[in-house]
This record gives sequence, C-alpha cells and structure tokens, in this order.
Amino acid sequence: MIGLSHYLIFSTVLFGIGIFGMLSRRNAIAVLMSVELMLNAVNVNFVAINRFVTSGQAAGQLFSIFVIVVAAAEVSVGLALIISIYRHRKSVDLNNFDLLKW
Amino acid sequence: MSTAAANLQLQDAVFVMIAIVTTGAALGVVFLRNIVHNALCLVLTFLGVAAVYFQLNAGFIGLVQILVYAGAISVLIIFAIMLVMDKEINQTNLPIPSLGRRIAGVYITALLVITLVLAIYFTAWPLATGAGAPFDAVGMLAELMLGDYVIAFEAAAVLLLVAVVGAVILAKGVEKQ
Repeated sequence: MIGLSHYLIFSTVLFGIGIFGMLSRRNAIAVLMSVELMLNAVNVNFVAINRFVTSGQAAGQLFSIFVIVVAAAEVSVGLALIISIYRHRKSVDLNNFDLLKW
Repeated sequence: MSTAAANLQLQDAVFVMIAIVTTGAALGVVFLRNIVHNALCLVLTFLGVAAVYFQLNAGFIGLVQILVYAGAISVLIIFAIMLVMDKEINQTNLPIPSLGRRIAGVYITALLVITLVLAIYFTAWPLATGAGAPFDAVGMLAELMLGDYVIAFEAAAVLLLVAVVGAVILAKGVEKQ
C-alpha cells in the first residue's frame, strides 16, 4: 500500500538528483534545470502532505502554486542573466563566471 | 470488496511506474552530456510529476504543472539553449573538471538523501483518517487566494510583472545614451 512516506521518499530522491546536478555540472543552464528539479520535489511534498495529513483543505496546493509562480519568475530572470553574460563572455561555463572573484 | 482491493493495487502499481519513469528522466537531466537531451528529459520529468499530482487528487495543480512547467518554462529553457549553443553538441553539459568537487557533490547528496529518508521513515505522521474524499479544490483555492492569502496573491502578481520586465531589460541590454 503506497502511503505518504513513499511520496515523500520519491520527492527526496528527486531533490537529491537536483542537488547533485547543481553541485557537479558546469553549464549554467544545466544548473538552472537542476534547481527546477528541486523546486518540483518541494511541490510534490506540499501536495502529498495536503492530501494525506490535512485532507479536505487546500492550503498545501495553494503554496505549491506560489512555488510555481516564483519558479517561473526565477527561470525567466535566470535565463535572461545567462544570455546577457553569454553576450559578454561567449561562454555559459560557470568556471568562466569569475568576475566578482578576487 | 475484491474490486476495491484490486483498484488499490492498480493505483500502487501506477505510482511505482510513474516514480520509476520520473526518477529515470531526472537522472537523464543530470547525467546526459548533450544539453538538448537534458532539456527533453526535464520535460519528461515535469510530466511525471504532473502525473503524481493527478494521482494525489490534485488535478488543478497537475494542469498548472503541465501548462507552466512542461509548456512555458521548458520552451524558455530550450530557447535559451538554442541562443547560447556554440560548441560541439555532445560536449555541452560536462561535469566539473575537478574530481574533489565532484566527490564532494556525491558526498553531500548522499548525506542529505540518507538523512531525509531515515527521518521520513521514523516520523509518525499525523495521518488524516478516511480515504481523502474528493472535494472542490479549485473553489477552495479561489477562496483562499482571494481571502486569507490575498496579499501573497498580489505580491506574486507584482513579482511576475517585475520578473518579466527585468528579464526583458537584462536580455535586451540597456541602450547606451
């Protein structure tokens, strides 16, 4: 019988894959995609707990909608930043983005 | 009774299949070396997560997930990939060259996942009784959004507006006077 903990473990695995991608890739767009994976994992948590613990209410689903809104804003600004940096440096490799390093 | 039990088993099997496909696609996002394949795996992951939402009786969130993530965000990402692609396509998404940082990434990930899974396993969740009767989620969401959470709703609207304006300015570049 699949229960709450299975959904939570599923989302934990998704979050772990996202965090590994964020730490081990050097393409800026790939890092952004890994962040999207992590946000999706958090949303699965919200909806699963809403379904199994506070059944009959909708606050968890509401918060997952807010997370989706913030993720959309984050992706649009992040991709614009990457395109803007690419125009100056001709690269999307994070190792080349060291303008602020001393 | 036996049909109900068979129905439950079918739901479990569906969840297991969705979870396997989604996790595999997420691994593809991280491990494939062609960034276009990464983006396509990301779309598959979004669709799998939407299927999980449908299974959790959250149909509205599932539709929003398909519209916003699998529709809009993935198109944005693929456009950005096409704008910044300049080298051999099979080398576009390489891992970080330093081995120490890759091992650190594996270590942090393993630590986090093991800790969280153990915590989930040993927590006694205050589960609601009953099978979670279907309810009018969209109506409740609307009442919450325009009632208790109206300030957060307005702030989210302003955030989206500012993000779109900021993205246009950043991507277009400021004109020199």
